[in-house]
Amino acid sequence: MNVIQVEKLSKTFGHVTALDGVDLKVQAGEVYGYIGPNGAGKTTTIRVLLGILKASAGSAKVLGQDAWTDAVDIHRRIAYVPGEVNLWPDLTGGEVIDLFLKLRGSDNRNRREELLQRFDLDPRKKCGTYSKGNRQKVALVAAFASDADLYILDEPSSGLDPLLEKVFQDCVREVKEEGKSVFLSSHILSEVERLCDKVSIIRQGKIIETGTLSELRHLTRISVGVQTRVPIVGLHDVSGVHDIQKEGDWVSIQVDTERLPDVMKHLSQFEILRLESGPPTLEDLFLRHYRSTGGAS
Amino acid sequence: MLRDRGHQTSRLLRLILRRDRVRIAIWLVGITLLTVVVASAYTELASTEQERQVMAETMRNPAMTAMLGPGYGLDDYTIGAMMGHQMLLFTALAVAIMCIFLVARHTRGDEEYGRIEMLRSLPVGRLSNLSATGLVLLGSCLLIMLMVGISLSALGIESLDWSGSLLYGAALAATGLFFGAVTALFAQLAETTRGTVGWSVALLLLAYLIRAIGDVGNEVIAWLSPLGWIVRSQVYVNNYWNPVFLTALAASMVFAFALYLHSIRDLEAGFIPARPGRRSASRFLQTPLGLAVRLQRTALIAWAVGLFVLGASYGSVLGDLEVYLETMDLIQLMLPAVEGFSLTEQFLPMLFSVISIVSTIPVLLMLLKLNAEENLNRTELLLARSVSRNRLMSSYFGIALVVSMVVQLLAVLGMWSAGVAVMEDPMAFETIFNAGIVYLPAIWVMMGIAVLLIGFVPRWAGGIWLYLGYSFLVVYIGELLQIPQWMANLSPFGHIPKIPIEDFSWPIFLVLTLLAVGFVVAGFMGYGRRDIQG
Repeated sequence: MNVIQVEKLSKTFGHVTALDGVDLKVQAGEVYGYIGPNGAGKTTTIRVLLGILKASAGSAKVLGQDAWTDAVDIHRRIAYVPGEVNLWPDLTGGEVIDLFLKLRGSDNRNRREELLQRFDLDPRKKCGTYSKGNRQKVALVAAFASDADLYILDEPSSGLDPLLEKVFQDCVREVKEEGKSVFLSSHILSEVERLCDKVSIIRQGKIIETGTLSELRHLTRISVGVQTRVPIVGLHDVSGVHDIQKEGDWVSIQVDTERLPDVMKHLSQFEILRLESGPPTLEDLFLRHYRSTGGAS
Repeated sequence: MLRDRGHQTSRLLRLILRRDRVRIAIWLVGITLLTVVVASAYTELASTEQERQVMAETMRNPAMTAMLGPGYGLDDYTIGAMMGHQMLLFTALAVAIMCIFLVARHTRGDEEYGRIEMLRSLPVGRLSNLSATGLVLLGSCLLIMLMVGISLSALGIESLDWSGSLLYGAALAATGLFFGAVTALFAQLAETTRGTVGWSVALLLLAYLIRAIGDVGNEVIAWLSPLGWIVRSQVYVNNYWNPVFLTALAASMVFAFALYLHSIRDLEAGFIPARPGRRSASRFLQTPLGLAVRLQRTALIAWAVGLFVLGASYGSVLGDLEVYLETMDLIQLMLPAVEGFSLTEQFLPMLFSVISIVSTIPVLLMLLKLNAEENLNRTELLLARSVSRNRLMSSYFGIALVVSMVVQLLAVLGMWSAGVAVMEDPMAFETIFNAGIVYLPAIWVMMGIAVLLIGFVPRWAGGIWLYLGYSFLVVYIGELLQIPQWMANLSPFGHIPKIPIEDFSWPIFLVLTLLAVGFVVAGFMGYGRRDIQG
């Protein structure tokens, strides 16, 4: 079963088109990455999935039910962490977490305490005194302490330091091991790379790529740096080589992943002294997509 | 699916009560206490039949009708009739303001700050939050009705019987419900809390003005305003319940419409959409002064128009007052007449004492904006650049000073131009001008205290509203009840000479102005030295 099934989803605000025919399929047990630049439509998509925005056209189904009409039923089985967490300044973090847990109907005290410790959150402080990161933690604790089938996370770790980001990633892996699904929007690409089975890239309200990470690798480039005894010639004529930069006898290039064997064969003629290569990153893929269509800043 | 719309309403209701238990309690107790204190004061003030009838005669004129609603039961002016006529409308305004803030805070307020988004991602119905807010509103209004009704009848004053007291409370409750429902509706239309509160208060003032115009001139017009309905319940004399039922019915219809609009709209959207703004800042905006003006622009324009209209509406009754005087000689005998002054001239200082307190509101709003900006951590954005604290505060202070003079002048102009239009023998512009402008030092003292609070104890800066409320009580009710002079003297407004009956006094002008200057200088020094909060 698909836990999220979005078909030809469009959302307009007046004359502005925020989503333009978005298709998404998230299967049970998947950790699904949803990446795109700011303003691409990530949060709008999530808000339609939560039934707090009404789709202008197309359909959005979550856990097999309609996101708008069956919102309450769906929300019993999902947990959500927004990108920017705003809480009631006059309630404490602990009170808010309990409120959220009670509203969902699950109440797992042990899990709550454990998460408070792992995220290093003082539940007795008023939310008005929390920093952005601490408010984020409140939402994360409330989400992971609840027994949901689908976790919808909208740039959830944007306010966390690296240590807590690690805790967050552990939490995501744990729920995945329990067979739960996670829908994770992000522009932190390393996070998506580390956690996600499948990725969709959205830009200006349209999905421009979808696939598993290895499927998307054909779009990625490897950065290669090389030092040779004999000066390299003819590199411009090898297909799949980009961004040639020379610094003394150190040459760095970008290589299309599927062209790597040919390029290496070419380079080896010049007696390699040192060779460095970086892994293909979504960063490059993302930047290329972003540039290639000449996007707005 | 339909049943889901209100899912978990009771839990959200408890959340609202948990957050607002103290706030609501203070409002309820405050309104009840005020009512009880005034009612007991009346018994001391007008203990004899004759005293009561003298008071009744002072009520028989259009200016009083415009301010308080049409008089009733004046032939046998009991304490009950006094309460119903003189106190009901203004207490109802206070209840309406309480309800406007209550509803705006829990609807658009929470939505604007993104808290509703968190709730709506949980199994909570689409209409649950609005329904819970509506229930809290209903509960608060019912409590007001019972608390006011029971405590008034418990005073054991003969004319304050149980059924009348309950109706008095019910009239307050119905007004609160109506304006709370109106706020719920504006929360669907406007995209911000400021907009929601602004539109709701504007409608409240409009309702007051329509009622004033209607009560003086044309009964039909008065029926266009819910406040016009409320004053027609003739509490303690005829005890008409129908206006209260009508108001409550209208409230539930407005609230139902708000629920409908809420059910079909996107979260954080409004039916009055925000327009796209400028691409780049105008030259004017590029200074702290320009920014301060820009942030308050709409509010300032609205207040300026409002004060002009308020002046004009008071001015428009001057003509009726004049005609009335010609026909009724009796009044002049019964009024504590002041030699050489017409009745209209005697009313002037009373009208301006109320207008001046209203004029103080935009002035204080401008100053407190500096404080609000600080609490939202936006002041530091400016102070982190090459802007000194003195420059920042003097921007807000300078605007407030200009506003104080402009709005007061507009009220004077409004009253004068309306007076010219309706009076056969119009008052000289100079008379009205002096009567209005003489209040400026009192407004400046209020400004000074606000600056002082912002400079030293920003957390308590909002306390200036309590002081303004106190000033209103002693000036407005003091006028009716003749409270001890020392209580009036605790407010700067109590010291202002009643021009034209009394003469302008340089010592009072200088002392109040110097006091204001002293407060301001101290406040600036405090602001320069203390930590910026947030």
